[in-house]
Amino acid sequence: MITLTVNGVRRTFDGDPTLPLLWYLRDDLALTGTKYGCGIAQCGSCTVHVGGQPARACQLPMADLQDATVTTIEGLHPTGEHPLQVAWREIDVPQCGFCQPGQIMQAAGLLQNTPQPTDQQIDAAMNGNLCRCGTYPRIRAAIKAAAEKSS
Amino acid sequence: MSANEFLPWVRRAAAPGAQAGMPAPVAATDAGADCPQDLQRRTFIQLLGIGGLVIAFGPGGARRLDAAEPLPATAANPWSPHVYVHVDDAGTVTIICHRSEMGQGIRTTMPMIIADEMEADWARCRVEQAVGDPRYGSQNTDGSTSIRDFLHKYREAGATTRALLEAAAAMQWNVDVAEVVARQHEVVHRPTGRTKSFGELVATARTIAMPATTSVRIKPPDERRWQGRTVPSIDLVPMTIGTAVYGADLTLPGMKVAAIARPPVWGGKVVSVDDGEARKVPGVERIVRIAETPVPGAFFPLGGVAVIAKNTWAALRGRDALKITWDAGPNGTHGSKSYRSTLEASVRAPGKPGRTNGDAAAALAAAARKLSAEYHVPYLSHAQMEPLAAIARVQDGKVEAWAPTQSPNDARNTIAEYLKVDAANVTVHVTLLGGAFGRKSKPDFICEAAFLARETGAPVRVQWSREDDMRHSYYHAAAAHRLEAALDAAGKVTAWRHRSAYPSISATFAPNVAGPTPDELTNGASDVPWDVPNLSVEVCPAVAHARIGWYRSVNAIHHGFAIGSFVDELARAAGKDPAAFLLELIGPDRKVDLSRAGLVAPGETYYGAPWADHPLDTARARRVVESVKQRSGWSTPLPRGRGRGIAVHRSFLSYVAMVVEVEVSPDGTVLVPRATVAVDAGFVANPDRARAQMEGALIMAMSNTLHSGITFAAGRVEQSNYSDYRVARMRASPHVVDVHIIESEALPGGIGEPGVPPAGAAIANAICAATGVRVRELPVGRQLDGWETRVAAG
Repeated sequence: MITLTVNGVRRTFDGDPTLPLLWYLRDDLALTGTKYGCGIAQCGSCTVHVGGQPARACQLPMADLQDATVTTIEGLHPTGEHPLQVAWREIDVPQCGFCQPGQIMQAAGLLQNTPQPTDQQIDAAMNGNLCRCGTYPRIRAAIKAAAEKSS
Repeated sequence: MSANEFLPWVRRAAAPGAQAGMPAPVAATDAGADCPQDLQRRTFIQLLGIGGLVIAFGPGGARRLDAAEPLPATAANPWSPHVYVHVDDAGTVTIICHRSEMGQGIRTTMPMIIADEMEADWARCRVEQAVGDPRYGSQNTDGSTSIRDFLHKYREAGATTRALLEAAAAMQWNVDVAEVVARQHEVVHRPTGRTKSFGELVATARTIAMPATTSVRIKPPDERRWQGRTVPSIDLVPMTIGTAVYGADLTLPGMKVAAIARPPVWGGKVVSVDDGEARKVPGVERIVRIAETPVPGAFFPLGGVAVIAKNTWAALRGRDALKITWDAGPNGTHGSKSYRSTLEASVRAPGKPGRTNGDAAAALAAAARKLSAEYHVPYLSHAQMEPLAAIARVQDGKVEAWAPTQSPNDARNTIAEYLKVDAANVTVHVTLLGGAFGRKSKPDFICEAAFLARETGAPVRVQWSREDDMRHSYYHAAAAHRLEAALDAAGKVTAWRHRSAYPSISATFAPNVAGPTPDELTNGASDVPWDVPNLSVEVCPAVAHARIGWYRSVNAIHHGFAIGSFVDELARAAGKDPAAFLLELIGPDRKVDLSRAGLVAPGETYYGAPWADHPLDTARARRVVESVKQRSGWSTPLPRGRGRGIAVHRSFLSYVAMVVEVEVSPDGTVLVPRATVAVDAGFVANPDRARAQMEGALIMAMSNTLHSGITFAAGRVEQSNYSDYRVARMRASPHVVDVHIIESEALPGGIGEPGVPPAGAAIANAICAATGVRVRELPVGRQLDGWETRVAAG
């Protein structure tokens, strides 16, 4: 039996301990904002926060999550108004939108550790998150806009 | 009666943050004060987009309008003056979006045009996603067609509705209709200033006969509120809080998940299956054979062995545990290395003429100065971020599917044909598409779900893994190009011969296709805007050994790369500035009806439009080149290792020029710090979404040009995931993309695709400017490793 907290709710899990967190979130909890994109930590679509830090949910077996605190895009901000979410809308970042929850979660981790990131820091933090629509320039701009507002 | 009663699926956990009253999207930068703020506030809209159920709310309650049946004119029902528009007695306007949203913003732009024309208040409009139904007209969201095919129809739909509401007001007031005008959700009687809200006019309006579409007045430019101005996307809130629903995000009661082992070679077959280990995986419930579809299979599933399980993880693990012996079939010898030689041999011999002007062969033979070059482009996979997934349910002989499809009608008809049921019994709902780029215009994956749902008697979601997606695509064709040109003493091009070979998309639909038809050259090769007296564009044979399909801008990807690169090579050979040379090659302003300009057996239409509507207008090509030349600081010197490249291309009836600046590090890594784009796409309805498409096209071209390539060995795709099919990432991506949209009232051209073709060449030309290395083979990959030493060594 594994006990963990997801978006502030205590959960227990007694299924296959090799089950990646990604599928627990999607199939068991219907938290479908966390996306499956590659399954091998190459795309970042499944980025969530574990213990406050960005992590790829496709690489985390449930067995490793005893007492973990998990935050998904649905739990990032109670009313969806995290400065990054607001900036994403102001700059109209998303095209298809599929990778954006992962992008926002990754960026939220960056701003938590580095509230005023440089371009290089943004590039380094975000380089693992793919977007095939090519929204990278707007993602960079939105992160900067959110950082500026928070300063 | 609650709307939920009409929703056949359930979303099991309410996600925090998905409550009503979410913040409205904030108007983007150049939006005016009266810019629409929020089409997204109502929570039920968040549920639409997903399943495409059309639910209209009237005084009598909610009503489900599955296939957009024209509404019976009763007081309880909303009024549907047009297939795209419903208005209820409270005045709420519902606009049915019949095109698929895959990132281009059509769910915003299409309803915005209608709302603008009908003088609706954008905040009182809601958008619903259409199911597949021929009554909407083509729903195939492909070929950059949404605006260029439908702009006028949307305007007519809005204008017709406005005309009826104005007539209703005039009737209620008993005044001349010339005295009334619709303004932001009400009709005003100008002489007295009296007003009636749209809702108050619905009952009367529904008694008025529809005016002839030719009689309705489309707004002149100065009366438009939002068309041509930036309108924020309506899906921004769900997309940023995680509630936007894509193909794998719905759950039907009792739904199973399927993963399928498909033949690794096109046309391959299962010889034997050992499913012992697969059945041991906890959660695996059934193994189902799917018959292989013989080559060419068009939109039918490839076949194989499906593992049906309780959840996704079990299905994927179970599938991976299958031990299958395959018979590869005739394509088992297909290899990219030998195929490249085949294509190269093909373009070294004369092909079928696609366009002939003058006598290129004679001019080349007589020329004092000639240049030739060959280019090679590999197969590409769309690698859209959302791997394929589709859900289906079969009940009482009725098939219902939910899928991220670009073409719900193709899905519907293909399912009907595959399952041998009447298309009338098939309903296809359209979810959001997590990227598509042409892959999701093929409904093979939706057919798989429908077949398995019928076989198992349970709703089924078919989930493709990333590896499945990479290895069973409809690939962008590998291609070889050979270009030859003659230069006169002044460095002017006097002859141009272009031969290309690539497997044709038609080989996916018909047997024994020997290669592309000359008509395929009109996708950006035989319709070049050059002023060259002797021109021969030919297509050479190439047999298909893999499923070939459309990928964003299609053949224009390799046409644009080869042509744009060769022009740059010619400029350098002639000792001229590439931008000046490009302008010289375009030549004097002229309009050319291409169907009378030497094209051999031109098709009936040009990108689906009448030839005469879209002459080749070289002034438009010139203007986009001049724009990027001026805005990019083209002539400003750059240090060694940095360079600019320029290219222009016309495809999908739009003209796009780009200047791309690259920075090549000593280890051969290519960064694109800055790009300048100019696009003349005729009238552009939503400029910020057009800008976003140009940004995205450039970055997709960075992937195509610098990183990506599908290769085959023994008939199998060698790549598996983003680890070996590399795509552009944040670090290399531009910090500045300056997009100049030429203001125009001309007939609209495409926006989604035409940015890709010039970008590849502009990148390659910039690399040459930066390093002296000419890239003739894609992807660039590691070709630039140690370029400094190699260049220094000569």
